[in-house]
Amino acid sequence: MRSRSIENLPEESSTRRMVLNIGPSHPATHGALRFLVELDGETIAKADAEIGYLHRAFEKHTEHSTWSQVIPYTDRLNYCSSMANNVGYCRAVETLLGIEIPERAQRIRLIVCELSRIMDHLICIGAAAVDLGALSNFWYLFNAREQIYDFTEKLCGARLTTNYTRIGGLMRDVTPDFLDGIRQVLKKLDKALREAGRLLERNRIFMDRTQGIGIISKEEAINWGFTGPCLRASGVPLDLRRAEPYYHYDEFDFEIPIGTRGDTYDRLMVRFEEIRQSAKIVEQALKKIPDGPVMTDDRRVALPPKQQVYGSIEGLMNHFMLMMDGITVPKGEIYSATEAPNGELGFYIVSDGGHHPYRIRVRPPCFLMASAFGKMIEGGMIADAVAVLGSLNLIVGELDR
Amino acid sequence: MGTKDIFAGSVITTKVKEVVAWGRKNSLWPMPYATACCGIEFMGTVSSYFDISRFGAELVRFSPRQADLLIVLGTINYKQAPILKRIYDQMCEPKWVISAGACASSGGFYNNYSVVQGIDEIIPVDVYVPGCPPRPEAILNGILKIQEKIVKEAKGKPDAA
Amino acid sequence: MPPDPVILEKLKEKFPTEIVSTNDSGEMPVAVIKKAEGHSILSFMKEEPALRFDFLIDLTAIDRQKLGGTPRFEVVYHLYSVTLKHRLRLKIQLPEEDLRLASAVDLWKSANWMERECAEMFGILFEGHPNPKKLLLFEGFEGYPLRKDYPIDRRQKIPVPEEKL
Repeated sequence: MRSRSIENLPEESSTRRMVLNIGPSHPATHGALRFLVELDGETIAKADAEIGYLHRAFEKHTEHSTWSQVIPYTDRLNYCSSMANNVGYCRAVETLLGIEIPERAQRIRLIVCELSRIMDHLICIGAAAVDLGALSNFWYLFNAREQIYDFTEKLCGARLTTNYTRIGGLMRDVTPDFLDGIRQVLKKLDKALREAGRLLERNRIFMDRTQGIGIISKEEAINWGFTGPCLRASGVPLDLRRAEPYYHYDEFDFEIPIGTRGDTYDRLMVRFEEIRQSAKIVEQALKKIPDGPVMTDDRRVALPPKQQVYGSIEGLMNHFMLMMDGITVPKGEIYSATEAPNGELGFYIVSDGGHHPYRIRVRPPCFLMASAFGKMIEGGMIADAVAVLGSLNLIVGELDR
Repeated sequence: MGTKDIFAGSVITTKVKEVVAWGRKNSLWPMPYATACCGIEFMGTVSSYFDISRFGAELVRFSPRQADLLIVLGTINYKQAPILKRIYDQMCEPKWVISAGACASSGGFYNNYSVVQGIDEIIPVDVYVPGCPPRPEAILNGILKIQEKIVKEAKGKPDAA
Repeated sequence: MPPDPVILEKLKEKFPTEIVSTNDSGEMPVAVIKKAEGHSILSFMKEEPALRFDFLIDLTAIDRQKLGGTPRFEVVYHLYSVTLKHRLRLKIQLPEEDLRLASAVDLWKSANWMERECAEMFGILFEGHPNPKKLLLFEGFEGYPLRKDYPIDRRQKIPVPEEKL
């Protein structure tokens, strides 16, 4: 809009810039993000984001907890998909310990990871559409999310903060109606996707508001450290499930959707397609769930069976030590990354051989997307800033930790 | 024939204060101050599955000037605290506050250098909702408790909640 | 994925005097380097055609006070190559007396916020950073919370809201 030509206006009024503060309490910032924009008319000339409104000192807390006590804190990193964080952390500690978890536990972890990816994307698309004024998609998509909530509640007793994995396996095995439950969920999900997809994919208003907005090129995205759907929307087919497969992801048949332009529309549509692909992975995984335990029998991390605790002194001592002191992890360090819904979720763990982690650093995926946000909206219109923000899916728990 | 017989069954006598309270109670306009995980559960409460509009509180406002019920959902840290205080001050009387979840009520398990140990250090709170995060039913129960409080205040028992 | 031995060889070849130690037994190659040539090593990592580390995955620091090591701080870079698909962990040693280090924002833009976070949490000064403000903590916060000598529950004064309503 730089070409406005109202000749009658005095010289300075057309060049005066206005600074506008958006957030942290603003409906579109979803919690706690603040951005300052310098406006030239309706065009954003300069922008800067400010975070830290939900800094809860995760990394400091981990240094004061035992290894197992960290798991509930990881729930609250990306609270839209807690299970993926649980899995990411436990996998890192297990790699440091050199523990291979049972096949059954691996398969269930894969299923819950994909379900949390679905949950996360549902809320991202729903909320992004609400910011653009399309409320009904949110109801459709949230109903599907409620279905998954019912399922996670059966699995671990909580809807949102699941705390489901343990170092060495899972909290407990799945319920007998597990298979039927998920099939029901997938059926309802399919319906919700069709409904919301019809409302969004070729919606004129939605397309006008999102296409060509907030473009970030391939090179820029890599330079800014983008991962996950936002990187793939820019056309880089990097997915850790393929690049560095874990939990037998390489045995599954799924596609990695990539975008072409790297705009807001692509980012949201990549998420849409990822939901379908995740549903496909879950369907395949359901066909072959191996039998067996869901917890490793490595006594460094797993509690001994009750007969041993009551029947032998070794079992009793083992139980006592695990309960009183917690797990001991040998001296060393590890960086282990999983493909969380938002991108590469890395845990860099340093252990001094004690009962507490010496240092845990989380590499939060959306932290880097947020750092690029200011640059992405520069040169665009003020109303588009909200559209771009919705497509980045900034989860503040993980952003500020 | 007295007036009583003419209007039989179609008139209720009450006090103005109580009528106003009845209206307020059934049309609360909440402002969600959602910072963290509890905010996602509030989304669940608002959406069609739990449907907050059954209790007349579906008109979610994001401007404090238009709201009379502040629901604080999530951790409040030192950087956030002044903003929460200001939002509360901007709300018009009468106003009520629900502190939903462990973090807002007491800091939860975040006992550290950054997190405020309960929002009652900053603003007055009417109803505390337990849970980490509270289930949608619990949030609805919190709203019902506020409604009870509104009625009792009108009847002259301000400290009963 | 097994570590790629070429990376460390290239590094040793180019900067033989700057390397403190290397390790190739973990999940990715690790190199601990001295501070003086830190920036040119990072730049070499990015530009060298056989390495092509175009992705700065993570940047953080460790306070080694309770590990008994000297020097006290280490700044840890995790690098990844999108084209060649390999990783590297690079640690730059930083003594407590001189906590200055050249910023890597000119190489990777992703270093921008990660350096700001690292600076406020550990008190490391990144020279040449375009915007060295606090990121997660509020203005006026004193001390560096992720250092080992900062107690977890040492609270500071809640900032007072501005007068204007």
